[in-house]
Amino acid sequence: MSTVKAKDDGAGGFIILFFILGFVASMILGWIVFPKLLYSQKEQPFNFDHAIHMDMVGACESCHFFRDDGTFSGIPKLAQCIDCHQDVQGFTKDEEIFVNEYVRNYREVPWLIYSEQPDCVYFSHSAHVLSGGMECKTCHGPIAETETSRPYEYNRITGYSRDIWGKSMLGLKKNPWDRMKMDDCAECHRENGVKQNSAQTHKGACFVCHK
Amino acid sequence: MNIARRSFLAFLIGGAAGTALSPLPWKLTDDLSIWTQTWPWTPVPPDGEYSYVNSVCTLCPGGCGITVRKVDNRAVKIEGMAGHPVNDGGICILGASGLQLLYGPRRVKAPMRRVGERGEGKWETISWDEAIAAAAEKLEGIRSAGNPQGVACMVGDRYGTVPSLFERFMTAYGSPNFMSDAAIEDSYRITLNLMHGKNAIPGFDAGNADFVVSFGSGVIEGWGSPVRMFLAHGKWKDENKTLVQVEPRLSNTAAKADKWVAVQPGTEAVLALSMAYVIIKENLYDKSFVAENAAAFEDWRDDEGKTYPGFKTFVLNGFSPADASKVTGVDPSLIVSLARSFAGAEKPLALCGRGKGNTPGSLHEFMAVHALNGLVGAINRPGGVWAIDVPDYVTWPKPGLDEAARAGLEKPRVDGADGGAYPYTESIISGFADGVNSGSAGYGVEALLVSGANPLYTLRDAQAVRKAFDSIGFVVSFSSYMDETAAQADLILPNHTYLERRQDVPAPFGLNMPVIGMSRPVVPPQFDTRQVGDSLMGIARKMGGSVGDAFGWESYEACLKETMGAAWETLEKDGILVKADYAPEGWGEAFNTPSKKFQFFTGAYRHGENKDLMSQMKIEGEAADFPLILIPYDSMRLASGPVADTPFMAKTIEEDVLIHDDVYVQVNPATAASLNLREGKVAELTTPVGKARVRVHLSEGIGEGVIALPTGLGHWANSKYIAGKGVNVNRLMSPVADPVSGLDAAWGIRAKLARA
Repeated sequence: MSTVKAKDDGAGGFIILFFILGFVASMILGWIVFPKLLYSQKEQPFNFDHAIHMDMVGACESCHFFRDDGTFSGIPKLAQCIDCHQDVQGFTKDEEIFVNEYVRNYREVPWLIYSEQPDCVYFSHSAHVLSGGMECKTCHGPIAETETSRPYEYNRITGYSRDIWGKSMLGLKKNPWDRMKMDDCAECHRENGVKQNSAQTHKGACFVCHK
Repeated sequence: MNIARRSFLAFLIGGAAGTALSPLPWKLTDDLSIWTQTWPWTPVPPDGEYSYVNSVCTLCPGGCGITVRKVDNRAVKIEGMAGHPVNDGGICILGASGLQLLYGPRRVKAPMRRVGERGEGKWETISWDEAIAAAAEKLEGIRSAGNPQGVACMVGDRYGTVPSLFERFMTAYGSPNFMSDAAIEDSYRITLNLMHGKNAIPGFDAGNADFVVSFGSGVIEGWGSPVRMFLAHGKWKDENKTLVQVEPRLSNTAAKADKWVAVQPGTEAVLALSMAYVIIKENLYDKSFVAENAAAFEDWRDDEGKTYPGFKTFVLNGFSPADASKVTGVDPSLIVSLARSFAGAEKPLALCGRGKGNTPGSLHEFMAVHALNGLVGAINRPGGVWAIDVPDYVTWPKPGLDEAARAGLEKPRVDGADGGAYPYTESIISGFADGVNSGSAGYGVEALLVSGANPLYTLRDAQAVRKAFDSIGFVVSFSSYMDETAAQADLILPNHTYLERRQDVPAPFGLNMPVIGMSRPVVPPQFDTRQVGDSLMGIARKMGGSVGDAFGWESYEACLKETMGAAWETLEKDGILVKADYAPEGWGEAFNTPSKKFQFFTGAYRHGENKDLMSQMKIEGEAADFPLILIPYDSMRLASGPVADTPFMAKTIEEDVLIHDDVYVQVNPATAASLNLREGKVAELTTPVGKARVRVHLSEGIGEGVIALPTGLGHWANSKYIAGKGVNVNRLMSPVADPVSGLDAAWGIRAKLARA
């Protein structure tokens, strides 16, 4: 009886202190250390200035075009760049790298794609842009106005771009382009009432996107 | 102590609470699930522009049209070409997995010269100039030493520009020893030559037949043009047509047939002639065809007045169902009912050539089966056998010959395909090894060129072939792959694979219309390889003189373009040249024999007067020493020609065919019991030419005293995916020369089986 009382007298503070210590340590681990461990950064092969290209060519589709069969070309291949970049244009270091290392050697530029979905996801640009009439910036944001390529952050476990989960560890977003998970697809489809009773809800609907 | 423990627990609980309120567990779960769905080691084609290239598959003589799907510059899938006259969208397992030959591990990536011992696998990579010079110098040396005939050449296919270039090279060089891989097509060609008087290849209007008797032909095991036969087989099923399979073993075709006639191996011709007996005896034959368009049905007399028995006399004198039953093991009443159904059908068709048809077979058997088709008039008509003229578009002027070439070409052939013995046969690849080893031609073979063939694997009696190879000082392989022959070569000048080269592909085997396909580069060459036509022309030009002069073309492509002439544009556009309105010649014009009629009996029989043509082809070995009969069997899952199984195909081999590295030999349970062998037991299989370790698989699908091994296994070169698995049945068999054609007619070999 007396022993228990003695414990009650002295230990409560310690217990709370250690609870708080454990709590704080794990919060630091989960919120600060874990994201640093989980993500790594890579730089693009060289800087790309979207703004300057938009001034020259006018529209996203000039470079990110749809092919005749409706498939989306994505990041341009060297073949398209070469039309203008056979020789060094302007005076930037990046232009020099591009022409000397890639154009002259017919080497494709290994661009890192911020918005590339995992291989298990099938996404049709054609359905959204050509059929749905959506604009590029609705999902991709004001990328056309950027003058520099930000560092490419990727997940060390999955190998995919951080843009898919989003910058926020909690998965919070302000803009559509802050996160590109399946919930985000679903949210937009619900809001816009896209084919709520067809392919996406029927048996086999999984395979529309997860082929 | 207590405080410390409780504090520690409090720390852990605090940690757990903190962790739960941090993103760590939730994010980690999500990431791990993504990771498991997209294993980084799963190959995924790169993203890019899709495109399709139409071409022709050359992995077997079938000549299927293929449509290859590409993503940017990488081929990612091979599909059958829709609407193609051979395969109409279908594809076989080998064709579908052809990308593994293009991108797989068995490619020869650059010209190579042997540096170690033969077969040791030590090579040095050399430049094309060095390789061409090495070959030219060696061949020039042999020629100037006065032995041009001592250079031999083996090619895979017989027709088209590439084989013709090799033939031209050999002529200009001065050697008679040009050989092509032999198969049932050769036996059919000789059959049509003798019975129709035509230089023709067979076309089978199989899809339109309504009663098919197959004498061992693996209709769904790769016979003819495999995919075309699958389609025909499907059509028969859909339309309730009848397929009767005559075969000693329950093959897939036999299992799917409406009736399986289990015949004694090697006696198929006797059964065919016994069916003819019933048809003649009961007056069931096509009277108008036999009376008006056929000769030698009745007894006949030659120009000198000598009388010969006709087909009728011959058949009625020795092939009654009762007699045939003793030889074939087939019940006489079954023979009678089979013959009646065959003759009573509207569009009957008889096929022959065992399994896939890789062995030419007994000419007598082909003629017996073709006579059966003749009896019912199934010649050049819907649902029958059509004689299609051999491709004749290669019309180059003859090369100029110098003194050395003329002298060399006068010499006898090493394979024995000339002189009086085999007047109907162009070359006998199976006779080559014997010719070399015995020195029967009177001169030594010093060099061998091999293109599109893999004789060290596909020829029977591998020890003899190996011995012949060992005695040949200089072997050049033009193979795209490190196959068995390339591995034993001294110099390899690798060809592009069929997906990287342009080449004409004439005459898909068994198609009943003349067709030329064009194989086109689907992707650019992946390695430092060269179209074999260009390599050969390079060697010839390097040698110069009349040999170089024989090849005036700038390149192989220029040669191809010139050869195709007006057809070039169509071939470039469509990848195929089809005679759309083709119809077979009517019975009145179809035959070019001396009688201008279908010859039931021909000069071939007179030619072989002193040979026992009507007996069963005897196989090697004596029953006393070797009580069993070993027969080979074919499977779609096992590529048994010059190209070996792809890794994907190797995965599909059934567990009762191959287990780990052991092949199963199929044995009747009664035979196994008499040998004290049980299912799965390891046994030693011995034949007069070799022995091998096998496992026993009991099967009611094979007769007593007969055992069967699959073809296509037992590779030792190629890649680890197929090498070292099972036994090459060609190593255990020995070729038997057909008395008329000289081609390999061995349908089996005597064998014994004992517990190991």
